[in-house]
Amino acid sequence: MHKCRGESGHHPVTFIHKENKSPKSCPNPNLLYKTHFPHKQINPQKQFLNSITRRKIKKLAGKSRNLPGNQETWIYLCFISTRGMDLINFEATELRLGLPEIKLTTSPVNTNKRSAPEMEYSSRSPPPTKAQVVGWPPVRSYRKNILQGKKSEPEMGSGMYVKVSMDGAPYLRKVDLKVYKSYGELLKGLEEMFKCIIGLYSEREGYKSEYAPTYEDKDGDWMLLGDVPWDMFLTSCRRLRIMKSCDVIES
Amino acid sequence: MVYSLPEEVLEHVFSFITSDKDRNVVSVVCKSWYEIERWCRRKVFIGNCYAVSPAIMIRRFPEVRSVELKGKPHFADFNLVPEGWGGYACSWIDEMSRSYPWLEEIRLKRMVITDESLELISTSFKNFRVLVLSSCEGFSTDGLSAIAANCRNLRELDLQESEVMDLSGHWLSHFPDTFTSLESLNMSCLGSEVSFSALERLVAMSPNLKTLRLNRAVPLGKLSTLLQQAPQLVELGTGAYSSGIRSDVYSALSKAFLGCKELKGLSGFWDVDPSYLPAFFSVCSRLTTLNLSYATIRSPDITKVINLCPNLQRLLVLDHIEDSGLNALALSCKNLQELRVFPSDMYVADANVTLTEQGLVSVTQGCPKLQSVLYFCHQMSNSALITIAKNRPNLTCFRLCIIEPRTPDYLTHEPLDIGFGAIVKHCKNLSRLSLSGLLTDRVFEYIGTHAKKLDMLSIAFAGDSDLGLHHVLSGCESLKKLEIRDCPFGDTALLANVAKLATMRSLWMSSCAVSIGACKILSRKMPMLNVEVIDENGTLNPKLDNCLVEKLYVYRTVAGPRSDMPGYIWTMDRDSANKI
Repeated sequence: MHKCRGESGHHPVTFIHKENKSPKSCPNPNLLYKTHFPHKQINPQKQFLNSITRRKIKKLAGKSRNLPGNQETWIYLCFISTRGMDLINFEATELRLGLPEIKLTTSPVNTNKRSAPEMEYSSRSPPPTKAQVVGWPPVRSYRKNILQGKKSEPEMGSGMYVKVSMDGAPYLRKVDLKVYKSYGELLKGLEEMFKCIIGLYSEREGYKSEYAPTYEDKDGDWMLLGDVPWDMFLTSCRRLRIMKSCDVIES
Repeated sequence: MVYSLPEEVLEHVFSFITSDKDRNVVSVVCKSWYEIERWCRRKVFIGNCYAVSPAIMIRRFPEVRSVELKGKPHFADFNLVPEGWGGYACSWIDEMSRSYPWLEEIRLKRMVITDESLELISTSFKNFRVLVLSSCEGFSTDGLSAIAANCRNLRELDLQESEVMDLSGHWLSHFPDTFTSLESLNMSCLGSEVSFSALERLVAMSPNLKTLRLNRAVPLGKLSTLLQQAPQLVELGTGAYSSGIRSDVYSALSKAFLGCKELKGLSGFWDVDPSYLPAFFSVCSRLTTLNLSYATIRSPDITKVINLCPNLQRLLVLDHIEDSGLNALALSCKNLQELRVFPSDMYVADANVTLTEQGLVSVTQGCPKLQSVLYFCHQMSNSALITIAKNRPNLTCFRLCIIEPRTPDYLTHEPLDIGFGAIVKHCKNLSRLSLSGLLTDRVFEYIGTHAKKLDMLSIAFAGDSDLGLHHVLSGCESLKKLEIRDCPFGDTALLANVAKLATMRSLWMSSCAVSIGACKILSRKMPMLNVEVIDENGTLNPKLDNCLVEKLYVYRTVAGPRSDMPGYIWTMDRDSANKI
């Protein structure tokens, strides 16, 4: 194996000398060995193809059965592109944005000695309070909006108590809507409170029982319980009334 | 005898080489390969739209079918980049409409695109198939109408997380009756209602529809109708997941899900009513992706779902999952590859939510294939981080956000240097890292020493001095994207590592200690970089060299300084720099 001066030109060419059995077995895989081309016999393609190990090719042979031409050649190229490039450090040949070769100055980090930093960072004013820090925590605004939308529901203290009246009952009750997570739970709670049966809701027929649960919404209208999503109901319900079904006006 | 393969043969070989990196390497083997390769390159990815100009791209690659562009810096997601910064797709679309008549795919991320551009796309490319606008803005539903009306072969329309001006819900009805090619539609970001009848019609005439992501406004009652029309769906995003107490809605939904035998991914779940959750339990065993990050359901409900999904590979969830839910995840989901836990409360730890570092430790212990983590929490310890690192050396992406800045190890009150140090030391293939908590220069020493495959690093409220930044810039060989905010890093480290910046895609520094003078020097030394100083408040005096810059964005480019900068961006004019 010999290291030679590389070719001049716009496209630095790097090959592994064919004496290497495989890229892995090269004594120093990070060193790039450039083969020297005799003048006027430059045939980079042939050199490139010849320098690849045959052993790896057999593995991939099964994958490309219908390729015209020399099958092994194809697979060399496929292999090199997908595996070989990774094994060999092709940094020098990687396409850069038209820049000349730039040497990275990687000064070794000396972990034993800690030199005093030349530029001490002078203490800044104390960090702003949480609410003022722009862009922190790093959560996208549409996420923040959605979650805060949830939180800004009418918070009437620690509970959401509404009056509940039942036709025929001597006095009203109060119930905390926040305790319930869905209509089912609320109805169960009401049934227990008033010792009545309200039954199941159906979109077309309302409640098939003696009683119909209704609520007064923000506009002052009396609505049948269950038509709108639970969250929407929570924001618009002002009071509840369990009506006798016979009193419900058929629309 | 000269040995060479004919061009057509080489072209055919190259067609198997699809990765950009490999293509780039192939193109530098020799001049003839360069020529052949550039004529047959079909896909171009440009990570920074200002790094190169449309003309340069078109000149080198004349036969491209698919273009992907990214515009604004990543921190634009968190409102750190002011309005009007740039990332305009207009010039790209204009030039491509002239030079790439056979273009099929356009993917944009964090760019600004107008309705005019959308209209131009819809009329210029006869075989247009894929439009992905990820986190984009500047367009309205009118632009979408044009796409719908004119792109006869459209396969994919993905508006992921974009900001769309909702002018009318009727853009969907602009798809003609003969339109049958749709495979993927993501309109989850749209705020207002779309015409449901148009949506239904579209789904009915798209037999190849595999991905459908609805927006919040699509009521749950309508979901079953759509699912019945499209039982072949593979990915579904629901709308609002609650309704009145309609038992018929529940049963119809349940039945519809039963019919979806191909469903592998679920998302959406806004406004969840827990009583409706069981409706989709029948598909859980096949689910590989589940996004519950908008669902404010509590841990017991989440755990119930997780226990039914043994094949889960990707989970996005709120911190309501709590440690108990994460423990269940660790036990049930052995194929888990990616976990993202988002905070439900931005600022204060909710007393009702017990999500701590333990949950993450459990998952890293129980899920052997876990590679990618995004975790928001309120407390962390070095010992937990060390355990995580030892449990999961195969991590490739580790993003930890401890919500309160500069929070130390809650057990020892020390900085979290050794914890993150363990992460970079053990996770040798780590390519993306986000730091948080109390951190000194030490952690950057560890990062510079060990994180050799690190591609992207995000730093906030960390470090003591320039040494920290120097460790990173001099040690991280593979670093391409570095974003820093509120750190005491300044001129010395920057100027000591100017060459490094030319090997990176970009550097963002905001609220740090970089001065105007250093920017001028950097600009003069490195003509292939665009050094852009953002002065939103108008307080910058460019003549005062020791004036600190508010925000700095540096990126390499072959296109020179850009011509669409807003007034608040300063760049160092070449002439004036020479005068210094």
